[in-house]
Amino acid sequence: MTATLTRVDVVPAASQKRRRRAPGWLAVLPLLAFVAVAFGVPALAMLNGAFTVKNQATGATSYTTANLTDSLQGAYLTALLGSVKLSAVSALLSTVLGLLLAQAVVTSRFRTLREAVLTASGVLANFGGVPLAFAFVATLGNSGVLTRHLGLTDKGWSLYSFWGLVIVYLYFLIPLMVLTITPALDGLRSQWREAAQNNGATAVQYWRHVALPVLLPSLLGGFVLLFGSAFAAYATAAAMVGSSVPLVTLQIADAISGNVLVGQENVALALSLDMVLIAGLVMAVYLPLQRRSARWLA
Amino acid sequence: MARLNAWRWLVLGGAALYFLVPLAASVLFTVDVPGQGITFDAYGEIVGADGFLPGLLLSLELAAATIAVVLLLMVPAMVALRLGAPRLRPVVEVICSLPLVVPPIAFVAGISTVLKWGPEHLSRTPLFQTFVALQNPDFPVVLVLAYVVMALPFVHRSLDAGLRAIDVRTLVEAARSCGASPAQALVTAVLPNLRGALLNASFLTLALVLGEFTVAQILGFQPFAVWIYSVGGSQAQLSVAVSVLSLLVTWALLLALAGLGGRTRTAAAKG
Repeated sequence: MTATLTRVDVVPAASQKRRRRAPGWLAVLPLLAFVAVAFGVPALAMLNGAFTVKNQATGATSYTTANLTDSLQGAYLTALLGSVKLSAVSALLSTVLGLLLAQAVVTSRFRTLREAVLTASGVLANFGGVPLAFAFVATLGNSGVLTRHLGLTDKGWSLYSFWGLVIVYLYFLIPLMVLTITPALDGLRSQWREAAQNNGATAVQYWRHVALPVLLPSLLGGFVLLFGSAFAAYATAAAMVGSSVPLVTLQIADAISGNVLVGQENVALALSLDMVLIAGLVMAVYLPLQRRSARWLA
Repeated sequence: MARLNAWRWLVLGGAALYFLVPLAASVLFTVDVPGQGITFDAYGEIVGADGFLPGLLLSLELAAATIAVVLLLMVPAMVALRLGAPRLRPVVEVICSLPLVVPPIAFVAGISTVLKWGPEHLSRTPLFQTFVALQNPDFPVVLVLAYVVMALPFVHRSLDAGLRAIDVRTLVEAARSCGASPAQALVTAVLPNLRGALLNASFLTLALVLGEFTVAQILGFQPFAVWIYSVGGSQAQLSVAVSVLSLLVTWALLLALAGLGGRTRTAAAKG
C-alpha cells in the first residue's frame, strides 16, 4: 500500500517535469530551424561569396580577399563613403532637430499636443520607401509643386542631390529621434532644474552641466540608431535619385543585377559584408548606450 | 517665459510646416495638372491601371502568409520561453535582432546568390524543383521567407511586451488544473490575453510587407511597392496618387494600432 502511494506520488512529478521541459525546447526548435534556413543560408552564402572569385574561363572558384579589396576602391569606396556621409549628416541634423521638437512637446502644457506629436511620430517613423520618395518628387522635384510655384530651379535647386536626399531622410529620421529621446526627456526631473537654479545656475549652465550629461547616452544611442536606419535605406534613394548620388545600397543593387559590369556579383557580396560590418558596429555602440540611458528612466 | 513660448511655437510651427507641406503638395500635384486645371482623374485611373490589382493582391497574399508564418513560429516559442528554458531566452533575443544588423539590401544579395545555386549546381537533383517553386511568380514563397525574417525583430518586441504584462505560468497552470491539454491552454487561456500584442505584431508585419520594396525589386517580383515604382517613370500623376493613397492606408492602419495600444495601456493601468 505504501509502496503504491509513493509510486503514485513520484511518477506524476517526474513526468510533469519532463513534460514541462520538453515543450520548451520543442516549441523553439521550429523557429531556430526556420532562421537557420531562411537567414543563415543566405548569410553564409554572402560570406562565402564575398571571399571567392570564379574564373570565367575555367569555371573554377578560389578563395581570395580580392573582392573585399575591390569593394574598398574606386567607385565602390566613393559609394561607401557617400553613404556614410549622408547617414552621418542626416542623423546629426535629425538628432538636433528631434531633440528640439521633443523638448518643445515635452515641456508643453497641452497634453493633446504631446499625444498627437508622439502618435504622428510613430506613424512617420515607419514611413519610408517609394511613397515617401514620390511625395517629395511631387513637392520639390523638377516639376514639383513648390519648385514650379517658387521657381526653385532657377535658384539652382535640385532634389536629386546629396542635400535633397538629406531633406527627404529627415522626414522619417526626425520622428524616430522624437520617439527615442522623449522617454529620456521625461526622465529629467524638475527637481534637478530647481536644485541647479537654487544653486545659482543659469539655464545654459543647467543644460551644460546637468541635462546634457544625463541625456548624452540617449542622444548618442539615438544618433547611432538613426545612422543605421539611414545607412540601410535603399527604396527611397532608388526611387528618387536613380544613381546620381553614389550610395552603397544603390551600388550593390546595380552590381547584383549586372547593370554596370558583368561578373560583379561577388563584389556586391563583399560590399554587403562591408555594410553588415558597419551595421554591426552601430549595434555594438547602440546597445550599451541604450542600457546606460535606461538607468535614468527607472 | 514669453521668450520660451516664442521659441516653442517656432519649433512646432517649423515642424508642422516641414511635415505637412509635402503631403499637401502631393495632393495638389495629383489634382492640379498643368494645362487641365483641377481634375481627379488620377485617382479614378488607379483601379483600372495595368498591374495595380495583381500587385496589390500579391502584396496582401504575401502579408497574410507572412503574418501566419511569423506568428506560428514565434508565439509557441515565446510562450514556451516564458514557461521554462530560461537559457534559451537570450539566444532567441539575439536571433530575433540579427536581421537588424543585416540591411535588407545585403540580405537580398545573399538570397539571390543562394537562388543562383539552383540552376548552377542542383539542376539534376530533386531540390531543383524546390528552387523553382520558391520563385513561382504567382506566389513567390522566397519573399515570404525573407519577410518573416525581416519581421522577427518587431514581432519579438511586441510579443515580449505582451507576455511581460501577463502571468503566463499561472494562466497555463490554472488551465491545466482544469484539465486543458497544453495546446488548449495556449489557445483558450494565453492567446486571448495576448490579443493586443498579436494585433500589434500583425499590423507592423502588414505595414512592413505592404511597403517592402528592396527584396522584391532585386529578386524581380512585382508586388504593390514595386508596381508604384514602375509606373513612376511614365505616369507621374498616377504614381503620386497611389503613393498618397497608400500612405493614407498605412497611416490608418498604424493609427488604429496606436489607438489600440493606448486603450490596452489604459486598461492595464486601470486593472
